[in-house]
Amino acid sequence: MSIRERLSGNEAIATAMRQINPDVFAMFPITPSTEIPQYFAQYVADGKVDTEFICVESEHSSLSACLGAEAAGCRAVTATSSAGLSFMNEVLYVAASSRLPVVLAVACRALTGPININHDYSDSMAERDSGFIQIYAENNQEVYDNYLQAHRIAEHPDVRLPLMICEDGFITSHAIENIELEEDETVKKFVGEYHPENYLLKEENPLAVGPYGISAYYMEARVAQAHAMMNAKKVILDVAADFEKTFGRKYGLIEEYRMDDAEIAMVIMGSSAGTAKACVDMLRKNGVKAGLVKVRVFRPFPGEEIAKAIANCKAVAVMDKSEGFSACGGPLYAETCGACYNLKNRPLMVDIVFGLGGRDFTVDSAKTVFDRLATIAETGETGEIYTHMGQRER
Amino acid sequence: MAYNLKEEMNKKERFNPGHRLCAGCGAGIVCRAMMRAVDENDKAVICNATGCLEVSSFQYPYTAWDDSYIHTAFENASSTASGVCAAVEVMKRKGKINTDTNYKILVIGGDGGTYDIGFQSLSGALERGHDFTYFCYDNNAYMNTGTQRSSATPRFAAATTTPSGVESVGKKQDQKDLTQIVVAHGVHYAAQTTLFGNLKDFSEKAHRAIYTEGPTFVNVLTPCPRGWGYPQEDLIAICKAAIDTCVWPLYEVVDGEYRLTYEPKKKLPVEDFMKLQTRFAHCFKQGNEWTLEAAQKYVDKKWEDLLSKCK
Repeated sequence: MSIRERLSGNEAIATAMRQINPDVFAMFPITPSTEIPQYFAQYVADGKVDTEFICVESEHSSLSACLGAEAAGCRAVTATSSAGLSFMNEVLYVAASSRLPVVLAVACRALTGPININHDYSDSMAERDSGFIQIYAENNQEVYDNYLQAHRIAEHPDVRLPLMICEDGFITSHAIENIELEEDETVKKFVGEYHPENYLLKEENPLAVGPYGISAYYMEARVAQAHAMMNAKKVILDVAADFEKTFGRKYGLIEEYRMDDAEIAMVIMGSSAGTAKACVDMLRKNGVKAGLVKVRVFRPFPGEEIAKAIANCKAVAVMDKSEGFSACGGPLYAETCGACYNLKNRPLMVDIVFGLGGRDFTVDSAKTVFDRLATIAETGETGEIYTHMGQRER
Repeated sequence: MAYNLKEEMNKKERFNPGHRLCAGCGAGIVCRAMMRAVDENDKAVICNATGCLEVSSFQYPYTAWDDSYIHTAFENASSTASGVCAAVEVMKRKGKINTDTNYKILVIGGDGGTYDIGFQSLSGALERGHDFTYFCYDNNAYMNTGTQRSSATPRFAAATTTPSGVESVGKKQDQKDLTQIVVAHGVHYAAQTTLFGNLKDFSEKAHRAIYTEGPTFVNVLTPCPRGWGYPQEDLIAICKAAIDTCVWPLYEVVDGEYRLTYEPKKKLPVEDFMKLQTRFAHCFKQGNEWTLEAAQKYVDKKWEDLLSKCK
């Protein structure tokens, strides 16, 4: 039986962690992720978990400690945001290439500067090539559900990659919403125990981790890692199928919202998708064939799935909530365009960078985008392909 | 039990030949002796910072280490070790590993990975009180990248980033006294040692450090033939000169109490250490006599300070 509750995204993550009872949690605080380890510290203090909880002196060390613990045979977790994730950057790559399935909760926040504590994806998008699996949530329920699926995906023998559970800073991390929690025992049974094949503390068979790999071996290691990321797609779907069977809520790599006959569509991520869905509903009432594709999993990138979903659209706006400074569009746009290149009939596609540093994205904002898409669809002219939205002009 | 070299040498090697360290490098001796200091039935996990030792001892698909080993990056050997220590605690508590097995967590890094880039993670791990022993093989510069100065480089030593020249007499600053900084963390055991004689000093300190609960620290002066400029066979003679000139005093600090473990019968002038190495060659040129005097003055002061702590 599900339990009806009201929780913030951070508390939902902490609750999932409590239910999973990881072996090691290494923490360092940074807004807006700080509440996660704070809630967890109370669970430790109250004897609700028997996790080894280490308060380290930086994010670089929190992830490093997770690597040590994970290699030693433990399920290890941590949480961070923004500059904290950037500070982990070097270790993220080590985690992925060492094939250590750490689960990292990220309350996504803008990067400096100017310094800003609010939401966008500059932090997580900057780590898109780190080798972490990245799963994004639209709301608190999804954050919780994604977290329950995280360890099984990351630890799967065909994958063995670290994984980021991404929530939108403040919007999801701090806003309290209704949520359906699952029973502790059901969660434990669904997630299962971690039984790595080899680990540092395996008494009868020592393990060496993190070699120097010369040119004669480096490429094989990287290709194996690339294949693991490719394998992750199927594993994510398999775990989602079992999740649906167990808990009744359905997840995929992407979510298609009113896309069946859509002529204009947005490709969007996170909480903004919820806002945009309200706009789609409004437009549909007025007879506009609008739809939306929400990208839940960004790594591995569901290129084929997105391409298939928007193949029959006339015009598509890719909504980037991070600025890649490529001078020709954000990361979601670049990858979506790439995924669609071999389609026989491609939709016209524009990139809109929005919501940086917590700038509001409202139903009206979404309406502006769809209005523009309607014009593009009608005229066949995209106008400027790469634009920003919501900023003051001067 | 009294130290017996023959018994020591009859122990099974846990750091094996075939590694790629240079001839005349002290790091291999440190590793062999460090592993001999772990009791035969105890397991070890070695956490190694990036550096010469890491690239030389674990080049895929070969490893010189019999025991479990992890390298993650340059500045985080201590925080990686923190995670391994936490794992030992929790896995024993949850019954996932044998509670009767002793796991010794040994961290090893050069002065770059210890004094400098890894200093923060070392300090953090010491403060948290994990049960590990940190071995610093201090070769006085960043040797893996080609002898750039570090905070452990002594004043007047030439390094590739502090070369001597008409306007330069080598490094301008005195070295950081890391052992004292570690002592200030309140650890139960910290020591300085080096490689000389029958390695009794090293072995006893290593064993004591490894078998003292909580974080412990052993700082080992470990010469580098390429960076210091000496013939490879002179390694031990250079270590001996370092202790007889008091450039590298041998002592240990047990729960805050200082104990001198070696006092030279006759304290030799510091130039007896410096003249053995090309990194100090410029100090012996006409007009640079003052550098020898300044070096002597620094060593004398540090030695007196140490003696006063040992009383």
